[in-house]
Amino acid sequence: MASVAQRRSPGLIFFSTAFIVFWLMIATGPFIWTVWGSFKVQGDFFSKTDWRYALYGVRTITETGDAFTGNGYFGAWIQQEFWRNAFNTVIVVTFTVIISLTMGTLGGYALARSGFRYAFWLLMAALVFRAMPHITLVSGYLLPFFEWNLWGHLPTTIIVLVAINQPFTLWMLHSFFLNIPKDMDESALVDGCTRLQAFRHVIIPVMWPGVITTGLFSFLLAYNDFAVTSVLLSQENQTMVPKIASFLGTVRQQGQVMFAVAAVVSAMVPLFFLVLFFQRQIVSGLTTGAVKG
Amino acid sequence: MKHKTFFWFILPSLAAMLLFIAMPLVSVTIQSLFVEHDQVLVEVENCTPFKCESSVAVDQEATAALREERPLGQFNGLGTYTNRSHLAFPEVREAWNASGSLHDFGARLMNLPFYKALAFTITYTAVVTPFVIVLGLAIALGVNALPQLVKGPTIFCSLLPMIVTPLIGSLILFWMVDADGILGAALQRIFDDDQLSLKASHSLTWIMLIVYGIWHSAPFSFIVFYAGLQTVPQETLEAAQIDGATRWQRVRYVVVPYMTPLVVFITLMQLMDNFRVFEPIVGFSASAKATSLSWIIFNDLRGGDIQLFGSAAATSLLTILGVVVLLMPVLIRTWQEFGRKVV
Repeated sequence: MASVAQRRSPGLIFFSTAFIVFWLMIATGPFIWTVWGSFKVQGDFFSKTDWRYALYGVRTITETGDAFTGNGYFGAWIQQEFWRNAFNTVIVVTFTVIISLTMGTLGGYALARSGFRYAFWLLMAALVFRAMPHITLVSGYLLPFFEWNLWGHLPTTIIVLVAINQPFTLWMLHSFFLNIPKDMDESALVDGCTRLQAFRHVIIPVMWPGVITTGLFSFLLAYNDFAVTSVLLSQENQTMVPKIASFLGTVRQQGQVMFAVAAVVSAMVPLFFLVLFFQRQIVSGLTTGAVKG
Repeated sequence: MKHKTFFWFILPSLAAMLLFIAMPLVSVTIQSLFVEHDQVLVEVENCTPFKCESSVAVDQEATAALREERPLGQFNGLGTYTNRSHLAFPEVREAWNASGSLHDFGARLMNLPFYKALAFTITYTAVVTPFVIVLGLAIALGVNALPQLVKGPTIFCSLLPMIVTPLIGSLILFWMVDADGILGAALQRIFDDDQLSLKASHSLTWIMLIVYGIWHSAPFSFIVFYAGLQTVPQETLEAAQIDGATRWQRVRYVVVPYMTPLVVFITLMQLMDNFRVFEPIVGFSASAKATSLSWIIFNDLRGGDIQLFGSAAATSLLTILGVVVLLMPVLIRTWQEFGRKVV
């Protein structure tokens, strides 16, 4: 029901709607343009002559006989073996999310249920750790990792990503667990459960909404990371994002920029579906820190 | 919860953080005091039938052996911090003495890599953060006024710039503003200048990166403000209206005060995230015109043939110092609040 305060003059409605339409164009336009252009040849997507070439695919028709071409995708996924990197990304992201959620739920639960002062200090330390630029930590890992022959492997990167993720995961799950009434697990304790049993039988069944939301953000961190993966992974173990970065140097010389465009669009697709299905969780996750303080 | 139970619950998470966040800090500190070995030089005598010449050559084997034996390099004390690629004290003093005006001094300072990166990082952080807050609030107010039916899809579209990998997002924009891309070509036509390229000019590169930063982060502040707007009580708004407040006054005196804690939260998050700006510089291939602190660390580690661990570590520590300075107000405030709670 619209209250009086929400009534607006037509001019204002027009202005605010126009502004939102303008914002939506800025927000989504680049993605639509690039997805569309990835099915064209380079001469069309980077057209000096006329930008409408990219719309109709004039050169694409003369070069391939059709207005759409999958050449960029074929080049990226098969010729440049992008599927290997996609596979690596799946491994890194899956394990990072699982491990960091396992550690985070235990830690977050403990922090939420402990009234002692050191719990507060741990949270503050986590906040400071959260602010640390990732690349500064990476510069600390590199030399020891070289020395101990840990450099370049997927498990090393997974553990590092889990650790970098912990401060954020702890904060988020801590505030979720604060929302679960204390009485629930305490009554289990009274009934003779140990802490771990109370956690398993009482808390785990009700914690999933919070865990899923936190998991989404762990996923995004691992999936979007460039600083850690590009420095810590060897050539053959690279995930998608550093591979795209190394594409840039090589494909430009060979005139195969479309490979990179196709790879970029491919890496974007999972994120697109993620937002599509989990929009509500992402929004609630972004605001937990803000609204509850 | 008992101390012992707490300890076992927190142990995995704490161990991970100690090993991979606290230990690297120690390792960075140690590394920054060392510098790569010089190459081992040997004097070689080349004799031709007529005369003997002695020349200096690099003993590759001995150099490799030395590097193998002591990978940390040789002790350099604080030398790395004061050399040309970091704080550059001698160069700064020289520039100060040689320059006539403050402007001239600034221009000279910009030739030093660390100060150049610092200048960009601070500018980026200082410009992007307020713009993101204002733009986010504007979008939130606009979306809040939309009919219920289109709100969902609008939020979905608005989230995209933030969710997409920073490197990918910056590449997508870069391909559009590149000389051959749609926006770049359009700009060339508008200004009727075939040579016009955003990459060629210092200020345009900076503006391009800052625009990217605003585009990338605005959705975050939009979402937070949007959630906050749902909590503004309608009664207060109506009361203000009855008292004769105009729409602008209602936003200014009712909505904005409700948003103040959110502004603090967004500012804090944005300062942390913008200070580590790194991916857009790679994505826009902008390193010739704009570098950030994170980028010079990355460049030390991956740029050349030899990895400059000492140099990267020194820059890392200076960056962390910057983060601490940035967070100081927040930490002090939390400290005081905590103190009040205890008393």
